[in-house]
Amino acid sequence: METKLLELPEKEYLLPGNRTCAGCGLSIAFRYILKALDGEAIFVVPASCLTVLGGMYPVSSVAAPWLNVSFPSTAASANGVVAGLKALGKTGTTVVAFAGDGGTVDIGIQALSGAAERNVDMLYICYDNEAYMNTGTQRSSATPLGAKTATTPVLGKQQHAKDMIGIMEAHNVGYIATATSSFPADLYDKIRKAKARTGMRYIHITTPCSPGWVFPARDTVKMGRIAVDNAMIVLLEIEDGALRLTGRSRRMAQRGEPKPIEGYVRAQQRFKGIGPEHLDVVQQWVTDRWHSYVKRDTALGG
Amino acid sequence: MGTRDCGHESAMSKPSAGEAGHTGDWRTQRPVVDDARCAAAKTEGAACFRCWLYCPEAVIPREAPITIDLDYCKGCGICAEECPTDAITMESEASADDGGTEED
Amino acid sequence: MATVQQPETSIITGNEAMALGAKLCRVQVIAAYPITPQSQVTENLSGFVESGQLEAEYVTVESEHSALSVCIGASTVGARAFTATSANGLAYMCELIHWAAGARLPLVMGCVNRAMAAPWSVLNDQQDSMSQRDAGWIQIYARNNQEIIDNLIQAYKIAESVHVPVMVCYDGYILSHTVMPVEVPTAEQVDAFLPSYTPHTILDPADPRNINQVTLADPRANEVGETCHGYMELRYQLQEALGNARARAVEVDEEYGRHFGRSWGGMTWGYKNEDADVLLVAAGSIASEATVAVDALREAGCKAGVLAVRVYRPFPERELLEGTRNAKLVVVFDKSLSYGYQGPICADVKAALYGTGGGPAVHGYIAGLGGRDVKTRELVEATQESVRRVEAGETHKETGWINCQF
Repeated sequence: METKLLELPEKEYLLPGNRTCAGCGLSIAFRYILKALDGEAIFVVPASCLTVLGGMYPVSSVAAPWLNVSFPSTAASANGVVAGLKALGKTGTTVVAFAGDGGTVDIGIQALSGAAERNVDMLYICYDNEAYMNTGTQRSSATPLGAKTATTPVLGKQQHAKDMIGIMEAHNVGYIATATSSFPADLYDKIRKAKARTGMRYIHITTPCSPGWVFPARDTVKMGRIAVDNAMIVLLEIEDGALRLTGRSRRMAQRGEPKPIEGYVRAQQRFKGIGPEHLDVVQQWVTDRWHSYVKRDTALGG
Repeated sequence: MGTRDCGHESAMSKPSAGEAGHTGDWRTQRPVVDDARCAAAKTEGAACFRCWLYCPEAVIPREAPITIDLDYCKGCGICAEECPTDAITMESEASADDGGTEED
Repeated sequence: MATVQQPETSIITGNEAMALGAKLCRVQVIAAYPITPQSQVTENLSGFVESGQLEAEYVTVESEHSALSVCIGASTVGARAFTATSANGLAYMCELIHWAAGARLPLVMGCVNRAMAAPWSVLNDQQDSMSQRDAGWIQIYARNNQEIIDNLIQAYKIAESVHVPVMVCYDGYILSHTVMPVEVPTAEQVDAFLPSYTPHTILDPADPRNINQVTLADPRANEVGETCHGYMELRYQLQEALGNARARAVEVDEEYGRHFGRSWGGMTWGYKNEDADVLLVAAGSIASEATVAVDALREAGCKAGVLAVRVYRPFPERELLEGTRNAKLVVVFDKSLSYGYQGPICADVKAALYGTGGGPAVHGYIAGLGGRDVKTRELVEATQESVRRVEAGETHKETGWINCQF
């Protein structure tokens, strides 16, 4: 059952007056991650926008235990926390490795791959704002094709985003899900479900970024919603290999086809100047991926 | 007096609101709620709360009528954008009656 | 009546001594990655864990970077953590080596000293650990296999009292793969010597803290208005802790002597050094070799002695200053090099003696890089060459290279 908006907990663990940019998608997502874990989690965080959110010593912006770790080591450091708690006989706390896309798909992938292969008892969350936003919007391997970044300033990125869901599936991870900050209840339900499981769990959350994607801060939620509507984001979960579309993506699949990506692309300055050759390639990639997911969701009759 | 008295062996902090100061100072526009249009206010808290749901700063409690903590609201405008009844409008901070000087 | 278990003497390798030491310290989390010549340490430990002889979490990490990361995470929540590595593995850990020290975590690492690539060499020198000397770890160099196990047990006691990580270093192959008689302490003895670990870090949902945050250049007030450190104050405190580690290392070694009947000299150790005109300075197994050279030198009429560096960081400044006061010449044998300058121990000895007025001449030699054999005869000849130079009134000598056939 999907949690209704007014069933979401009121208690806040994310404290106001922190350092995120106005209209931060990560902030919205983090509020619901914290609500879902309800004070029973330890966060392990590498260098990222999240570090900025967490605040500067000697004050923390989050009422949850938090260990800052080196950029490439998120999953390994979290593994250390898991092993340490286990050795001390301390149970009941979910260890959450929480990194950005750069920290996950690029520099942190070795440690993540190792921890996933070992099926370490942790929840790994990647918040994906599709570039190195904290250092000034350089491209990561999660940046979509055609997007301009500080290191793809003229031509835009020439490659598609890395398929992290496929990579995690190849590691036989028991629970894999996607989410976005624009659908907090869907995210909340997935965190709750992941919390109830053991072993490695992986949730990939797309968090629209106003300064990095170059759109007005007021449109952060709208941008994620449009992305779901045109299947740039597909809300799904994969439980022990069984893929299921969720929330708005599921309802979309029941009704028909996603909208064209053009409206999404035109709403963001990072895609300014994208030619039809790139636009068509991205559209084809999005459409193919959508169909492959829908086909795997047996309940949709795919 | 030096920092030795803090007794911290490593950089380890406790949580507190306002880590970055009064982030309300960042605003160029402030959200203004019209209770007459607000679904949460009209239903005495039985409906809506999209503004609470989406606020990145957690400065809108889920209570009707809606109040916004302007000490920390950064003025992103998501609440106004997402409000299904257009009950929240963003108004320029410069035009707000803050008793400013004649040069404002 | 129950019999009290007595320590037994076993004929074991340095790596076996290290693994047995970790087991006796009841390490709770182990994470290590295979690398020659360290691998036997982790192989033995995984055997202890899988067979139930040691109750610990053994994490089969996919890299040394992750090995030390696991130890950092485990130590932060309050588990006694252990890793071991060599050469490129140590270099791959580099950012975490700094991290562990800055976070003030009492980890202990076995460093089986091996030459750094390129080109590849699996053989011994000390370039690996010497290259990490500035990271804020305590470094202890063992002269033989008995000292390896003893140093490891001492290392946890030192680390957990001053909150500084310790690298227990020993020479690859020369010690790691060579069997020697080692008196293995009993578990009861070690339990009586080494109390359980109480962390200074708090990572608990019931009392949420944020650890190792971004820290500003200047001090800053916390949530109740108390002024807390800036980055520089935290770093000053690390330096102070390493300073305190000097006295602590000596105390712990003495206490070890009372418990186990053996101690190792504290910061330094000497051999025929009290009346020596010429002091040979080195760290690790080459210092053991230097004792044989000293006997030969004395037979040839040279009043030589050894003043070996046991704890290299913090540096035994006072011990070297006092220990060389009556010497005319100090000859330093380094198994590593600060490229573009000289051997690191040599440079540090010179710095320690600087400004004391009319101290001994200090000559440095580079020896045994990449496993090049170092013979007693070569240490004798190098010392004699330096004695000749000093007697001839030469005030300065370039760094010598022992048995380099270039």
